[in-house]
Amino acid sequence: MHLVIIGNGIAGVTCAQTLRRLRPEARITLVSAESAHHFSRPALMYLYMGHLRWPDVKPFEDWYWPENRLELVHDQATGLDVAGKRVLLARHPPLAYDALLLATGARTRYYDWPGQHLQGVQGLVTKADVERMSQATQGVRQAVVVGGGLIGVELAEMLRARRLEVTMLVRDQHYWGSVLPPEEAALVDEQLRRHGVRVRYATELAEVLGDAAGRVRAVRTAADEELPCQWLGVATGVVPNLDLTAGTAIETDRGILVDELLQTSVPGIYAAGDCAQRRNPPPGEAAIEPLWYTGRMQGETVAHTIGGQPTPYRRGPWFNSAKFFDLEYQTYGQVPAGPVEGQSSFWWQHPSAPLGLRLHYRTGGEQALLGLNALGLRLRHEVCDAWLRAGAPLRTVLEQLGAANFDPEFFPQHEASIVAAYSRQHPDEPPLTLRRRKGLLARMLS
Amino acid sequence: MSFLAAYSDQPLAHPTPEPSAAERLWLALVALGLLALGVAALAPAGLRDTAFWLGLGLLSAGALGWSWRKFGGSRGVRHNFLWSRASTSRGAVAWAAGVALTGFYVVLYWWPAYLENLIRPLDGLSQLLRGRAADQWFLYGSFYTLAVLLMGGRALLKYRHSPYQRVRTASVMFFQLGLAWLLPGVLLALQQPEFYFTYFWPLKYDYLFPGGVQSLLQNGHLGAFMVGWGIIMSFVATPVLTYFFGKRWYCSWVCGCGGLAETAGDPYRHLSDKRREAWRYEVSIVYTVLGFIVVTTALLWLNAARGGALLGRFSDEFAQTYGFFIGSIFAGVVGVGFYPILGSRVWCRYGCPMAAYLGLLQKHFSRFRITTNGGQCISCGNCSNVCEMGIDVKQYAQRGEPIIRAACVGCGLCSTACPRGVLNLENGPREGRYQPSQLIHADSLRILS
Repeated sequence: MHLVIIGNGIAGVTCAQTLRRLRPEARITLVSAESAHHFSRPALMYLYMGHLRWPDVKPFEDWYWPENRLELVHDQATGLDVAGKRVLLARHPPLAYDALLLATGARTRYYDWPGQHLQGVQGLVTKADVERMSQATQGVRQAVVVGGGLIGVELAEMLRARRLEVTMLVRDQHYWGSVLPPEEAALVDEQLRRHGVRVRYATELAEVLGDAAGRVRAVRTAADEELPCQWLGVATGVVPNLDLTAGTAIETDRGILVDELLQTSVPGIYAAGDCAQRRNPPPGEAAIEPLWYTGRMQGETVAHTIGGQPTPYRRGPWFNSAKFFDLEYQTYGQVPAGPVEGQSSFWWQHPSAPLGLRLHYRTGGEQALLGLNALGLRLRHEVCDAWLRAGAPLRTVLEQLGAANFDPEFFPQHEASIVAAYSRQHPDEPPLTLRRRKGLLARMLS
Repeated sequence: MSFLAAYSDQPLAHPTPEPSAAERLWLALVALGLLALGVAALAPAGLRDTAFWLGLGLLSAGALGWSWRKFGGSRGVRHNFLWSRASTSRGAVAWAAGVALTGFYVVLYWWPAYLENLIRPLDGLSQLLRGRAADQWFLYGSFYTLAVLLMGGRALLKYRHSPYQRVRTASVMFFQLGLAWLLPGVLLALQQPEFYFTYFWPLKYDYLFPGGVQSLLQNGHLGAFMVGWGIIMSFVATPVLTYFFGKRWYCSWVCGCGGLAETAGDPYRHLSDKRREAWRYEVSIVYTVLGFIVVTTALLWLNAARGGALLGRFSDEFAQTYGFFIGSIFAGVVGVGFYPILGSRVWCRYGCPMAAYLGLLQKHFSRFRITTNGGQCISCGNCSNVCEMGIDVKQYAQRGEPIIRAACVGCGLCSTACPRGVLNLENGPREGRYQPSQLIHADSLRILS
């Protein structure tokens, strides 16, 4: 069997690795125009800031691929011959396949702003993007970033590392308004301020203004304010890459449509990662999940189906993480940005340090845990996952909070003050007792 | 030359921002301090002492002031331009520093007479502490301790957001100052053997050689205590402490070589070679050194039991030869002199028999591991980058596996630098120690053979 994978991002590579394990005899070819070898997309920012070099962001050394008989083709896939089961390549002869995985990823979403094609306007998704950004921001004094999400903060941090003046345009009233509750967003806002980023909330981009040379010189906001800048970062999300499926029998919507086995409408052709759109995602799950972790899980799942063990994609409780300048963020399960009928939230925040924890739960009954947000605190994934799968009662979670503490040794522990804060807010409930504390010393003393 | 291949990939080309005016001012003090020390080394006796102490004062003030300017702001990991600054990415500054350091070691070992002008100003301090005039080893020990203290101050500032790093840095500073500089000096002043309570066989191999033991035993109860201390530390305390805490209790908390690496070597920790090839060299060299020490120790005791019939004066010759190749060239000239080029733990990784011994214990008889937090790794490579021992940490993290490696000294920087809170140093129960996370299905592909 010959599996051809278009894209060497995390979804494609995980599929290749998993299939190699399941089917040692299979021939596996990865095609990528972006880079000769797989790299960590979330690490692109560290290249720009000089923390790492290109070899450092490659998860595997170059010998890994031939040793595991994973063939790499560094070329652009220009078209699909679905009937003839062939991939057309720009610089190589067509590649015949028995199974095809489309893991073409996503690209920066633009909102048809006037002037968006000016020089110095770009997003950050690909290796080429970060190289372009590195060139284009040399000698630049002022930059604007449009978009208040994860990539927006990343861009701000990168630019601040090179000491540019940075203004962020955020559409919502607070940072990442579609995902973060206001308390969490306030802690992120504090980071942005502390690191010298100017943030304009409730502000939208209207137009990009250029100079005579065709370079961006300023942006105009929807409130008709002009902000001078010589570089504009676009961080308003990503859209699936659909170039390859255009004109083929493969059905698409916003992304490449797949069933729960991640199969497209054409037998033998699959899609996974940022480019895939599930036809019928379970309630509460997004149809398109443009995320490193879900790309990995989809890649692994689809490899089972391709290898002859049809496996539906079930990702289990959601999780994600990020770092906003110096503030680490972890989330598990579902924590909505605003109030939801029948659900409640408990938020704890340290009086002075940038630390916060939110426990989101179902109101009434057992008060089953629905999700957690942690800022500046590290939580143990396995413990949170088990609580969420079991729908652990809030009181149990609070009493066992120490079990989820993943902070390094000698870090101050906050479980006692978290539980005390909960008890203060709920004086009518019976008192809580901390039953699990973290650490060797605690275990020895208990 | 294939080993150069890893050095050819440069970061994204861009000009590194100039240091701020305040930073440059403090760095100028460092430069002036070095200049004054240079003058002291060559000056006539009248100027010598003034230039020497002025130099050390300026150097110290400059180093601490610069650290405060650079890291005293907001708290967090600060690695901007690590791979593009000449001083930390094998640029001209790094090579100059490497040549200067190496040169110092060469002069110290083979032409100490040229250091006379730097040794004499320390006479007063040496009289006070040790009751005798200074020599080149007192100069070396004092400079070494000063480096650990000054750069320890820098590390305390840089990593002050991490209590683990604060406590650990304070620990190496304490052990260097107290047990590797003050106490041996005081022992000398009291006409006792110059004994280092923080170095044990097989690193300080002669402490358990027949000759070393005999000479200690000539010093009455204290000498007997020292021999007993050495035996207990090597064969009882080391396995027990390593069982509970991993080799870090020694390598990154107590040891003086480790202390220098964690403080003065911190700006160079990312330079260690992470490739599989390097790991192969490490395994084949470091265990050879350990085996060599073990066999030699056994032979020497056999020889002593037979009244010298077996080896004759081999013992002395061995001490000289090993001391020259391993003690001087490997541990000193290459180990420290090449900090700015090869990273800060070259000796610990490839040459230290104690690290090899502790590593075997850590791998097979310990509760220590670095836990990977479920499926949260994004393969960004920051953990591998900061690993001074050259462990490709992300190979384990991205598969959800705990990191259990003989080399790991438990400095904790991978955990500190991880942007997603994925890594944690833990002393857990040994059951399930190798168990990977269930949240990521680690593929069984051969990554590390």
